[in-house]
Formats: sequence, structure tokens, C-alpha cells
Amino acid sequence: MTSQVSSEAGEALLGEQRSAPVEGRDGAEKEVRRLDRVIIRFAGDSGDGMQLTGDRFTSETASFGNDLSTLPNFPAEIRAPAGTLPGVSSFQLHFADHDILTPGDAPNVLVAMNPAALKANIADVPRGGEVIVNTDEFAKRAMAKVGYAQSPLEDGSLDGYRVHPVPLTTLTIEALKEFGLSRKEAERSKNMFALGLLSWMYHRPTEGTENFLRQKFAKKPQIAEANVAAFRAGWNFGETTEDFAVSYEVAPATRAFPTGTYRNISGNLALSYGLIAASRQAELPLYLGSYPITPASDILHELSKHKNFGVRTFQAEDEIAGIGAALGAAFGGSLAVTTTSGPGVALKSETIGLAVSLELPLLIVDIQRGGPSTGLPTKTEQADLLQAMYGRNGEAPVPVVAPRTPADCFDAALEAARIALAYRTPVLLLSDGYLANGSEPWRIPDVDALPDLRTAFATGPNHTQADGTEVFWPYKRDPETLARPWAVPGTPGLEHRIGGIEKQDGTGNISYDPANHDFMVRTRQAKVDGVDVPDIEADDPDGARTLVLGWGSTYGPITAAVRRIRREGGHIAQAHLRHLNPFPKNLGEVLKRYDKVVIPEMNLGQLATLIRAKYLVDARSHNQVNGMPFKAEQLAAALKEAIDA
Amino acid sequence: MPENLLSLVPKAEAAQSMKDFKSDQEVRWCPGCGDYAVLAAVQGFMPELGLAKENIVFVSGIGCSSRFPYYMNTYGMHSIHGRAPAIATGLATSRRDLSVWVVTGDGDALSIGGNHLIHALRRNVNLKILLFNNRIYGLTKGQYSPTSEVGKITKSTPMGSLDAPFNPVSLALGAEASFVARTVDSDRKHLTEVLRQAADHDGTALVEIYQNCNIFNDGAFEVLKDKDRAAEAVIRLEHGQPIRFGAEHGKGVVRDPATGDLEVVAVTPENESRILVHDAHAASPTTAFALSRLADPDTLHQTPIGVFRSVERPVYDTLMADQLDRAVEQQGEGDLGRLLAGNDTWTVVG
Repeated sequence: MTSQVSSEAGEALLGEQRSAPVEGRDGAEKEVRRLDRVIIRFAGDSGDGMQLTGDRFTSETASFGNDLSTLPNFPAEIRAPAGTLPGVSSFQLHFADHDILTPGDAPNVLVAMNPAALKANIADVPRGGEVIVNTDEFAKRAMAKVGYAQSPLEDGSLDGYRVHPVPLTTLTIEALKEFGLSRKEAERSKNMFALGLLSWMYHRPTEGTENFLRQKFAKKPQIAEANVAAFRAGWNFGETTEDFAVSYEVAPATRAFPTGTYRNISGNLALSYGLIAASRQAELPLYLGSYPITPASDILHELSKHKNFGVRTFQAEDEIAGIGAALGAAFGGSLAVTTTSGPGVALKSETIGLAVSLELPLLIVDIQRGGPSTGLPTKTEQADLLQAMYGRNGEAPVPVVAPRTPADCFDAALEAARIALAYRTPVLLLSDGYLANGSEPWRIPDVDALPDLRTAFATGPNHTQADGTEVFWPYKRDPETLARPWAVPGTPGLEHRIGGIEKQDGTGNISYDPANHDFMVRTRQAKVDGVDVPDIEADDPDGARTLVLGWGSTYGPITAAVRRIRREGGHIAQAHLRHLNPFPKNLGEVLKRYDKVVIPEMNLGQLATLIRAKYLVDARSHNQVNGMPFKAEQLAAALKEAIDA
Repeated sequence: MPENLLSLVPKAEAAQSMKDFKSDQEVRWCPGCGDYAVLAAVQGFMPELGLAKENIVFVSGIGCSSRFPYYMNTYGMHSIHGRAPAIATGLATSRRDLSVWVVTGDGDALSIGGNHLIHALRRNVNLKILLFNNRIYGLTKGQYSPTSEVGKITKSTPMGSLDAPFNPVSLALGAEASFVARTVDSDRKHLTEVLRQAADHDGTALVEIYQNCNIFNDGAFEVLKDKDRAAEAVIRLEHGQPIRFGAEHGKGVVRDPATGDLEVVAVTPENESRILVHDAHAASPTTAFALSRLADPDTLHQTPIGVFRSVERPVYDTLMADQLDRAVEQQGEGDLGRLLAGNDTWTVVG
């Protein structure tokens, strides 16, 4: 613990960096400043390796012990036309010596690998920020392509920024000339040069990246060494060139974290691990039926690597077959999952309805993205909530669970599995693109402390008929949970048939009886309404009159905005929903404690609609649907407006 | 290495009878429906298979034939339209100790569920698919189906249907099916023999069953059933036997040396040696495909029935299970604690 910075500062104001001179080390004459937090954005062409660069910087930062939060942002095209604005790919990383909640509103440092990257991102960088530019790419044609009539490096438009013009491409090629690579091959390592330079600037540990490169290119040792050389050249460039007079230290966020062992984790990885953990805790084999779709495919990829956990992954011919196979596996006694995004949920909706009718455990993971239709595949949104709630024919209630941070995806997956198994129901797990690709430190849980998810299969008759014979009734329910027995094929004496046609209560036989249908519809609803869900807690230290209510991935920005308001003396209470269906039993009572309720969402007010309908509360919506997470500063302003309204 | 996946399914402890496979549910097909005959044949065949009935599952989609599982005293699922092969794939690949049967119809399997059918076939999942083909939509009351003949007059096609039909056997062969057969609802003996071979096959077995819908398409297969006409209309395929049919077996199938295609000829002492001997196990599906094209799609004359193709091919379920075993061999049993910790960690001490 070396930092003198108080962590109560929370999300510091825009562009604020505290600095204090620190003695040079090892005879180095360069000044070292200490900062409490930094936001860096790497931006380049989609082929420039910006996501990899960001990932590596994140890993270095995580292993150093900072708190961090990341925001990858990339186009849907794999290689959009080179040098164009739509082709720009970026990776923003916020790291700090204290507890932080968002990837940050505005970068302090922008690394722009070409004119398009500069043009697309410079507006987000406050004046005074540092801009590192790859000058080699600023040729007339490349600039003209994005509408720069004159070089922005020379026309004064970057006045007020601290611009570092660096011929990154030339320097990289120069550094690699002994490797005998073609110019094109050598050029590819320029992202590692940039990473090396930034690693020097922020005193990042380098061993991890070097190991990573040697592992990644194990089959091409020459390329591995070339990348390591470029990485080191970047570091040395920072160390020796006069243009970079200052480097920065951001101390580990020791005080922000409870004791424990940590790692960095993205939402999709945490979710994948949560599913494997749920399988272990339920003592049931995991079966994933899935069809590739952005931004959910990484879960399919990840689970496919863990067959030694007994995980079966089935890449189906389409979304419908993905969930169909999962449902078949659920009938057979697996912990069954299908993963997708909004368009896939639309295709799966008939099968979700069948699962509601069959009352089998099934997890449907929706990594929400911009919609409608194909929408914005690589951008985030929360606009599938009503689809998750109501997107089926008939009365087909499904519990809905939403994680709030990337690491929370682990716990949310376990929770969704708990509900599915205990209540024999499909459950929708609503993550989103921001959680899926973003990452943060995660305290690795003790596997022995994970929840017990075991559930018993039916083993024998459960009903005595009038004549005394013992029979098995597939729809005779547990009086407490209203769950029906899970009798898996292979169990003698429990042979039964189930289907999507309405069933008679108890026997499960086909029934068109009007009263029975009415009863079954209400019973299925009552089962979901009765799912045991923890109460919601409002964080309200000041006895506020206004409550901000959120769900899902807006947790970070909302909490950051709430901290800002409180730091400036404002009063606001905060509550965040993990369970969207059913709502926590005390939610109505909590809402009624406040004069005003504000609901920020990355949609046009879907939770607000549900809240207003169910609780007759005049909740006010604050919406943003631009494919990006809320910025804390803007959200704070909106919340303040709501408080003052 | 030949395997027999049936050996993974537990056997019945006691002898079974047809009665053991009848559920307590009242059968609700129209009186006279061909489905009754198929149900009786399947219920009659199951005791011979001798599997523990709790390890047998029938999965169906939507349509008249898809009510089938309700009447079998096994495990069963009546699912949604067209999706039975997908659901059955999840069940079969996760539970190799089960004998999984799919019951579907021409609309269910070839129209709304066409995609799942072809992908199940190409994967060679261990499923037995019974495709009841009545060349009509029955449950929705009489629209033409993807196997109806061109020009079919129905409620939805008062001036005649426009689309060319699928030939289910040709389609299955094109989808890389390892076992394809055709049989007829009313021929109990033939149907049972085909079921026997299908049940014994490792991988997906597609059995097309010509089934009469006496309400909306009555007599669609009459030419194959009528004693007087059947001899000329039906070509019975038997592995290892010359392909001959007609009165006195006077007709035979030969290969046209010029085109490689098949044609029907009157058998003479001169051409008798050229009569094609049926080889269901031929590695190439070419001849099986040519056989599937012999029938006239309108009149059904020269319709081959029997097993067109039955070849050994790796079974998806087995390959999937092998990968799991290999992963354990190579990486050891999964250790959750190690997985969660990963390689890059740091520790915060108090």
C-alpha cells in the first residue's frame, strides 16, 4: 500500500489526474508522476490488433493489482475497408489505485494508429489529454479518406492536446530488420511497439506479455521473437526519447479489494465458468446447444474447451436446433443451456414456450446487442427485456435474471441454474455486449463455498389411485415450489409422455378441458411468481427522496453517477435489480418510500414500463440507445435533473 | 471396428409382449388411418428388440403422426412443429444408453423441419426416424404437402399445386444418410423387417413409410397395395438379390452403359446377367440414388421399397463421447478450482 490517494474519491471528475513528483529510480532521470487513475484508449484499423493490444495492457494492469474496467468497441465487419471511419476498432481501459466502476467517460490518453482512428476518437479526449499518433500513416491519401484536407498534426486542430508524433511503423520495421521479415510482416508488430511504449509510460509489468507472445506464436518462433522485440523496442523508445519526458505510476488498488486471490475476467468468460460451476454444483452434466452469434459465441468457444469437465457442446444448424438439442438434453437429465443474442431469442421463442409447457430446467442466455433485427451486432443494449418477459405465444412466464458487472456473470449463471433446477423451468439470463466483452478484477471464489444446486430426479410412483395402485404422475407438483417431478428416461416404471398440448393437472395426459386449462395457466404463472428471490436493498445513506433503480449492466455507470452526486452533496438512493421476473417481494414497498423513482436504461424504458404497470409508480425513464454504456458524468447530470425536478 | 450401439442400451429383464408397449391413452386418429397399422407394427416389433422400455424414447413434432408417442408405453415427447430431430439429437448425444426414435410426417420433416432432418442425417446421430409420408397435410385439414404431386387440387391450391415434390429417399441420400429405407403402412411384414434393420443400424436411420390418409388423400398409394397392380408397381429391394419385379419377375433393372443411369427392361435370357444386383452396403450412394429416381412421382409406378442404403459411418454421438474421454485422458478430470484461478492471478493481503 503505497498510494496516498483516498479511495473515497471514487470516480474522480473528468480528466482529473492527481500527480506528485516521485524520485527517479535506478538513475533514470525522467520524471515519474503518480496518478490515482488513468483512462487509455487504443484505436486503430480493425486489422491493427487493437483488441489484442488492449487485452494485453489489461492483463499487465490486472497482474499489477489495479482496479480496472474495460470497454472494447469494434465494428461488426471482420476487416472493414482499411483506413475508413467505420473500420476503426478501439479498446478503452480505465485503471486506478482505488475502486472504480466503469471504463471511464473520456480517455486521458489516446493512441491513434491512423487518421481514421484519430478522427473517430479525438472528440472524446478532453483538451490537455495526451495523444500518441502513428505519423507514418498520416499520408495525404489516408487523411483525405477520412476528410482531413490538411494534416491535423500540423493545422493547429490539436492545439491544447499533448501530442506525441511517433513514426510507429518505421520504428517497428527498423527494430525488426534483423529478423529477415518482409515489410508487411514486420509492420504487423507495430501494435506491440505501441504496447511497449504505453507499458513503459505506465510502469506495467512486461513478463506476462512476453510469455503470452511466445505462447501464442509457439509454432512460429521467429514471429514470436519479432513481436517481443517490437514490444521491447517500444518500451526502450519511451525510456530514451526526449518526447516522452514523464512516466506515470498508478499504485495497486490494495485498499479497494477485500483480501483474496484475484484475476481479470470478462463477462462471457465469467458466465462460461458459472455454467461449469453450476454443472458441478448440481452434479449434472452440462449440455450446450448453440448457434454462433455475436456477442455470445465466445461462450460456445470457451465451453468447447472444457470437455474434460464432461461438458458437451453442440454447434447446431440453427438457433432453433440449438435450443431444441438443449431441451432434449434437459429431458435426459442434463443441465441444459443455449446461448444466443436477441435475434436468436426470437427464433427460439417457440421452443422456450415448449419448455414452459414441459416444465423442464433450461437456461437461455441472451447476450443482448443493439436491435431491432440485425441491429448493431457488436454494440450493447438492454432492449430484450420485454422480449424475455413476454416474447412467446400464450401465457408463458419465464424467470429472468440479469448480471450487473462482468465478474457478476459468474454468480448470475449459478443463480439462473438454481432457479431452473429448483422450479423446473426455463430461465432467461440477460447479459449484454458491454458485460460480455468488458472485463474487471474478480476475486476467485472458494469452490467449496459455492451453492449446492443438487436436485433429485423422480425415482418411483408419487400417486396412489383410488383403487390403491401406485402410479407416477408427471404433473403432480411439489406443494411448496409447484415444481413437477423430473423423471428422466432410463428410470423404470416412470415411463410417461409429455408435450406442448395442454396437460391435465397431475396425470399430464392431454386435456382440452376449459377449467383445467385455466387452472394450468394460473399454476404455471404462480410457480414463476413464487420463485424465491432475495429482497432488494436500497443504498440510501442520506434519507434521499429520489431513488435510482437499475438492472443489468448499467450498475457501474449508475453507481459511479450516484457517487458523483453524493460527493457534491446531493442525496439519492440507489437500488439495482438482479431478478426481473419475479421481482423481489419487497420491491413495491421500497419504491413507495421515495417521492421520485428514476430508471436509466439502454432502451426506451422497458423496465420502467414493467414497474409502472405493476406498482402504479410514476417512474421516470432516462434512456440511451446509442450502442454504448452510459457515461457517468452525463448520467449524473440526468439524475440531478430528476432530483431537482 | 464394427460397433453395435444397441449394446449400450440396457436389455429388458423379462420377455415382453406387444401389450407392454401400449399406453393407457385412447388412440385418436381417424378411423381407417394408416397410422394405426404403423403403430401396431412398431408395438409388435418392440418386444423382439428386447430393450428395457424405460430406455426407449419416442420424440415427435406436430402433425397427425406426431401423436404417436402418446400411444407408446415408453418415454416420449410430443414437441413442436419440425423440431423433433433437433430435440432428439440433444437427447441421443447426451444419453447413449437410450434408444431414441423420431416420428414425423412429410410436412413436419420435409417442410417446416427440413433443416433439422438433413443435418441429423449428415451428422449421423444415432436416431431412428420414421417419416410417415401421406403426401398431404392432415391435421390442418388437407393442404398439399412437400411430397404432393404437382397440380394437386387442395383447399390451398384450388387450381392445382405448383411446386415440384421432394422425393424423401433422394433427399436423405443427398444429405449423406447412412441408412435409408422405404416401406408401406399396410405391409406389416415388410414394415417390420425394415424396422428390424433400422433398429440394428448404428447412426441415423431414415425410414419413409407410405401411409394412407383416408380423409384427405385416400388411396394415394393404392397402386402399391392393390393385388392386381402391385406386382407391376412395386420393386422390392433385397440386398444381394437381382432387382426384378412384375408378374413372374419378368422385369428387371439394368444400368445403361452409355449414361450410367438405371432403366427397367423386360428380362430375357440375353440380358439376365445384366440385371443389377442390389447392394445396400455400396460405399457410393450413386446407385441407391438412381434407384430412388425410378418411381414415377405421379403414378408411383416402379416404386422401390426396402433398404436402399445401409452403410457404416462414424456416429456423431460416439465421436462426441470419444472427445470427452480424450479430453480427460489428455487434461485429466476437470478441476474447477484450477479452472477458475487461471494463470494470471494476484493476491491482496489484509
